[in-house]
Amino acid sequence: MRYSALSILRNAFSGNRDWKPAWREPEPKSHYDVIVVGGGGHGLSTAYYLAKEFGVRSIAVLEKSYLGSGNIGRNTTIIRSNYLLQGNNPFYELSMQLWEGLEQDFNFNAMVSQRGILNLFHSDGQRDAYRRRGNAMRLHGVDAEILDRTDLYKVAPYLNFDHARFPVLGALRQKRAGTARHDAVAWGYARGADSRGVDLIQHCEVTGIRREGGRVTGVETSRGFIGCNKLALATAGHSSVTAEMAGLTLPIETHVLQAFVSEGLKPVIDTVITYGGGHFYISQSDKGGLVFGADIDMYSSYSQRGNLATVEKTIEEGVSLIPGLSRVRVLRSWGGVMDMTMDGSPIIDKTPLDNLYLNAGWCYGGFKATPASGLCFAHLIAKDEAHPVARALRLDRFQRGLVLDEGGKGPQPNLH
Amino acid sequence: MASLISCPHCGVRPKEEFTIRGDATPVRPGPDAPEEAWFAYVYLRENPKGRIRESWHHTSGCRRFLIVERDNVTHEVYSVVDAAQAKEAAE
Repeated sequence: MRYSALSILRNAFSGNRDWKPAWREPEPKSHYDVIVVGGGGHGLSTAYYLAKEFGVRSIAVLEKSYLGSGNIGRNTTIIRSNYLLQGNNPFYELSMQLWEGLEQDFNFNAMVSQRGILNLFHSDGQRDAYRRRGNAMRLHGVDAEILDRTDLYKVAPYLNFDHARFPVLGALRQKRAGTARHDAVAWGYARGADSRGVDLIQHCEVTGIRREGGRVTGVETSRGFIGCNKLALATAGHSSVTAEMAGLTLPIETHVLQAFVSEGLKPVIDTVITYGGGHFYISQSDKGGLVFGADIDMYSSYSQRGNLATVEKTIEEGVSLIPGLSRVRVLRSWGGVMDMTMDGSPIIDKTPLDNLYLNAGWCYGGFKATPASGLCFAHLIAKDEAHPVARALRLDRFQRGLVLDEGGKGPQPNLH
Repeated sequence: MASLISCPHCGVRPKEEFTIRGDATPVRPGPDAPEEAWFAYVYLRENPKGRIRESWHHTSGCRRFLIVERDNVTHEVYSVVDAAQAKEAAE
């Protein structure tokens, strides 16, 4: 059923008893054209675009838990395309453009809200770096502007402008950036994929990848062997684990990142703000909770929970930027595990195995990329060639000296 | 992560005194090693789920480098030895 004002009205008259489940719960078939491993944002969007844009008819998404149980439901919901590098910017801008039409496209309310983002700067050097980034964005046709102190004060008067160590001097703003309701993004893609015949198979864990002569023939799962012509891995957080099943070692280390939400407040922060003096980012959900986070915990971890030391550091950063936060109570915190790559940029590429495709290494930045990641990965799987905006996201870029290091931090995964 | 780490030199100390350097399994190749060996050393990581070996620095204590063996899912710490001793034991 197509969701619309009329469908809401019609169901209201029948006491909302006639809503159907948004997707089926099919039994796995013995063989598919394409199997996508991972029923998170990227896996679901890949399946959606494979079916919708590339006409692939026989697709399964295998998810070891329930749909959207990983990082698509654990992030701080920020969408933006304020990237510096040529290999990155057009990719994230495509994603931003897809966000702008997403809800109409998949007929689901993802609560996309273009409330803008402010990247604050606190020194002359940082201002110049952000100005350069803003110029790079504009050269790519992306909106960017610099706000000075006076203009910024009108937008966000609650910031700690006269901080002794990190005075707020201004901000790089992208007005088209914003937030989206993260779970609804997974649900929208899941429903859209299902309605186009994709089998979404939950509680089906891939335990092995069967190979014959340099090709993948299928996957061993907790629900038996399933054959496929092409296998696509979209298991960020556990990419090394799934890749290892195919004998691949990746330039990735897994780390835990925490996120937080406060008690519900009246509207106070009407944009997304990032702190250049630390690594803190905050926005306010439509429910009123302040959603925020900072650095990863800095050590290798596959556990979806973090350390108190990082909780303390995150909140110190927050209070240092917005002193009024000291009176806000934190409601919940949680952790998600990230593929941290050696240059901080993701991988969408073929692998040394002919029909195995890899979507991995999203570091902190996977949520905003969900639409473009799915579209570009689907393009790669269907046509066997990279989407024009994802050409730089190669697996062999580390070996060939073509790294995409936005922060210039070198091969130290926890610094990206 | 465990809150208390037993340093072989300083005894049981709070975790906050330590800095985690990262994976201790890659071994630096010789200067004339082939390019692939250097690529693997700099970029590739086994990144196993479960038991790992990690280099830690006891920054606010003895300032020695340590090899910590721990589980990256349960956060259990199995052993902590001085990096020099771990190297000797390996040789």
